[in-house]
Amino acid sequence: MKHMTRKATRHVSQNEGLIFEKSSPGKAAWKLPPLDVPEVDTNELLGPLERKHLGNMPEVSEIEIIRHFTRLSTWNYAIDLGMYPLGSCTMKYNPRVNEVVSRLDGLANGHPYQPEKISQGALRIIKTLSDCLLEITGMDEITLQPAAGAHGELTGLLLVRAYHDSKGVPRKKVLIPDSAHGTNPATAATVGYAVENLKSNASGMVDIAALEAQMNEEVAALMLTNPNTLGIFEQEIHKIADILHAKGGLLYMDGANMNALVGKVRPGDFGVDVMHLNLHKTFSTPHGGGGPGSGPVAIKKVLEPFLPTPVLISKPDGTLGFDYDRPQSVGRVRAFYGNFGMFVRALAYILANGPDGLRQTTEDAVLNANYIRNGLEGPYDLPYASASMHEVVFSDKLQAKKGVRTMDIAKRLIDYGFHPYTTAFPLIVPGALMIEPTESESKEELDLFVEAMKAIAEEVEDDAEIVRTAPHSTRVARLDETAAARRPVLRWKPEA
Amino acid sequence: MRYLPKSPTDREAMLKAIGAKSIDDLFAPIPAEYRLNRDLKVPRQMAESEIVDWFRERSRENGDGQAIFLGAGAYYHYRPVIIDSLILRGEFLTAYTPYQAEISQGTLQSIFEFQTMISELTGMEVANASMYDGSTAAAEAVMMAVRLTGRRSVAVARSVHPEYREVLATYAFHQGMPLATVPFTENGRLDLKALESAITSDTACVLVQSPNFFGTIEDVEAVAEIAHRKGAMLVVSIAEAISLGIIEPPRSADVIAMEAQSFGVPLGFGGPYCGVIATHEQYVRQMPGRLVGQTTDRSGKRGFVLTLATREQHIRREKATSNICTNQALIALMANIFMTVYGKIGLKELARQNLAKTAYAAQQFGKHARVLFPGAPRFNEFVVQTSEDPYAINSRLLGHKIVGGLPLKKFYPELGNAALWCCTELSTRSAIDTAAGLVAESERSVRSAREETAEEVAR
Repeated sequence: MKHMTRKATRHVSQNEGLIFEKSSPGKAAWKLPPLDVPEVDTNELLGPLERKHLGNMPEVSEIEIIRHFTRLSTWNYAIDLGMYPLGSCTMKYNPRVNEVVSRLDGLANGHPYQPEKISQGALRIIKTLSDCLLEITGMDEITLQPAAGAHGELTGLLLVRAYHDSKGVPRKKVLIPDSAHGTNPATAATVGYAVENLKSNASGMVDIAALEAQMNEEVAALMLTNPNTLGIFEQEIHKIADILHAKGGLLYMDGANMNALVGKVRPGDFGVDVMHLNLHKTFSTPHGGGGPGSGPVAIKKVLEPFLPTPVLISKPDGTLGFDYDRPQSVGRVRAFYGNFGMFVRALAYILANGPDGLRQTTEDAVLNANYIRNGLEGPYDLPYASASMHEVVFSDKLQAKKGVRTMDIAKRLIDYGFHPYTTAFPLIVPGALMIEPTESESKEELDLFVEAMKAIAEEVEDDAEIVRTAPHSTRVARLDETAAARRPVLRWKPEA
Repeated sequence: MRYLPKSPTDREAMLKAIGAKSIDDLFAPIPAEYRLNRDLKVPRQMAESEIVDWFRERSRENGDGQAIFLGAGAYYHYRPVIIDSLILRGEFLTAYTPYQAEISQGTLQSIFEFQTMISELTGMEVANASMYDGSTAAAEAVMMAVRLTGRRSVAVARSVHPEYREVLATYAFHQGMPLATVPFTENGRLDLKALESAITSDTACVLVQSPNFFGTIEDVEAVAEIAHRKGAMLVVSIAEAISLGIIEPPRSADVIAMEAQSFGVPLGFGGPYCGVIATHEQYVRQMPGRLVGQTTDRSGKRGFVLTLATREQHIRREKATSNICTNQALIALMANIFMTVYGKIGLKELARQNLAKTAYAAQQFGKHARVLFPGAPRFNEFVVQTSEDPYAINSRLLGHKIVGGLPLKKFYPELGNAALWCCTELSTRSAIDTAAGLVAESERSVRSAREETAEEVAR
């Protein structure tokens, strides 16, 4: 390595096979208490339905399980280890008090169907979080039922659909900017809408003239991410909302980038009719290697009759409860009430911040992104000069001349001790490097990142091969994804 | 703010480097009329100790220490402590979706093990990395059958969890998929005759749950025979995963949509839980959700990657098999560790204890009240019909720190004063006896009140 990195060095990484390869008959990690009721004759109770064999399930001891998963864990990168500059993913610190309070007995062991009388604590949490999120978004009503962002999108578009249907004029299309997340078009299709692409202008924003031309009475809604996936705030947002509203359409906002706005500006104030939030992005609930998420949907009053059932209500006696009698509701989108454990964590985060902390968080997130932009402009091509909010998008144009693409630079970043940024997205930037540092990074970590990125840019000039073949410091490198997809091996099987 | 790693000096230095006079410069792109020039009206910043106290108070208001006889899609099982010791490791807890395989092998290998164990337990060839929960997994499995068969409608057993059916109805309505509901018979099982006539040439699949909402184990083979004979697929929903330890899995199903909450996931007032879909290899390209596959790296070493991504939204956009992105990875890891702890023998013994507790409880309740749906085997739930409204009985039980069965009037008014009771390995004999005793008392008092009225009428 030409540039010695100040952040990462190699360390021992233990080999560890699959758990099935450690199994042998007679080992056990469990012990049940003696049965305090009579034993049953399973054959008599179940007859032919009784299961005799559990296939290749493992038999291992407790210490082996602890070591197995601990060793596996050391092969992961994580926020706890360092910066995770994934654009639009908002990988921020996950406060540990969130984990503690979500495990309190009465919350962790609360049954969703236990009587309302002994559910007031859980309902109070739902109510308090709902109120906070409504204040933060400037919206009128909210449902916390959706299980993740894409599920929130689905719920939001169901509301849009029910709204238009209730007017007796169902609409056919949803407009989606070419810079949008893949979930947007996938969701619109799931809800039965045709997707119409909306081009961005030269500044990376919605092309107002194009929107005006494409907007008509067939369009149910525009799904807009603001700031968009280039990290640019849609400066003509008021015009966008007006154009939609004039033709009876609704403005949907994908709240994936809400981390740029909290405490500074409210979507409800700039014309948004319906939006989802990602509690696992903006509100610090852990990503956990890909979930669970939580995707509350906040709406303006006009959509209220259509909210999924049940809806939380305050009763005359001051207690909280659920209202199931909602004739115009779009129905349920999930069993029970949503990912309650994530509500607890998100609320703990809001309480730890307060109004001043939330605002400072947003300011720091935007400051960090601009600091990186300033540090890397020059060594990397900046395709859109518009001001950046919480994330910045570069392209690999300069490096591509040497045959190095964004994925190569991303992989090389691993050798320098960082998780890669988001590669090749948004689609409107060929060879995109999409960087979102979040507020959780210190100046020192940001300086190390900028240093690493500059060092890689220099390597591209001097020794492009080392970048093209990165990473060089991991246990495995450049796994064969084509082979994995061509002949999928999706489970372990004992050797014949 | 204690989560923010910057001093005022750092901030100043950074602004200076950028060439901004103040932080407000960076927010200039937001039109002035929309900027929020006041504090948000949210509670003030709290110390960690205050936060813990606030939630402790909520936890106490939420009931604590009751014996729970509720199931109905959310089951109270013991959670081995090593689940939390392991999932709280920052490398699992604070990792992102494993798109960068080189630095995500821990998550990827553990998901591969999860897929393997779910396949083993369900008797299917492949399983995905997880779905949101059992209800959405069932809806997605049905849509998968619609894509695979090219047919549009669905026959759903009325004995499928009512909220799962509601979720399916939501998804189906906007896809223009007609739903037919198939009734159950006196033994609690799907009415096979009604099923025969419910399946048309446009029926993509039959959806049943087994054990079903009443705890009754369906005759899946018979259902499969009818569905397949008529060219429809069979989707089986499994809400109580522990049943797989002792009940034959529905091997004749085409798709299985599972809720793995019973595998070490806390009740948590309804979520997060862990859905998962399992199926045959031939259908894998129509499967929704993430999949981990085994491959090799450039030096030939075994490794794991997310695979078959061309099914997914970030590649295929509006043509994806589903819009799902974030799933339930950390919860799947809980389930994974749980399955590893109990393993081949423990899961069976655990399931056997559930079965024994339930058999005992059903017998005790049956002495004084009516236990519905005899004649078909059940796992850990049963329906008790009483003379008195179960809400009234439950409110007396609560006085004894017992949460009684789920009153079914809302979902199945035709069953009258019925409640769905659930026992697990954590139900103690003494709690079962107390609950059964109070139900017996209710029956006696209703009966004696009736007799008194009858005597008065006779006089």
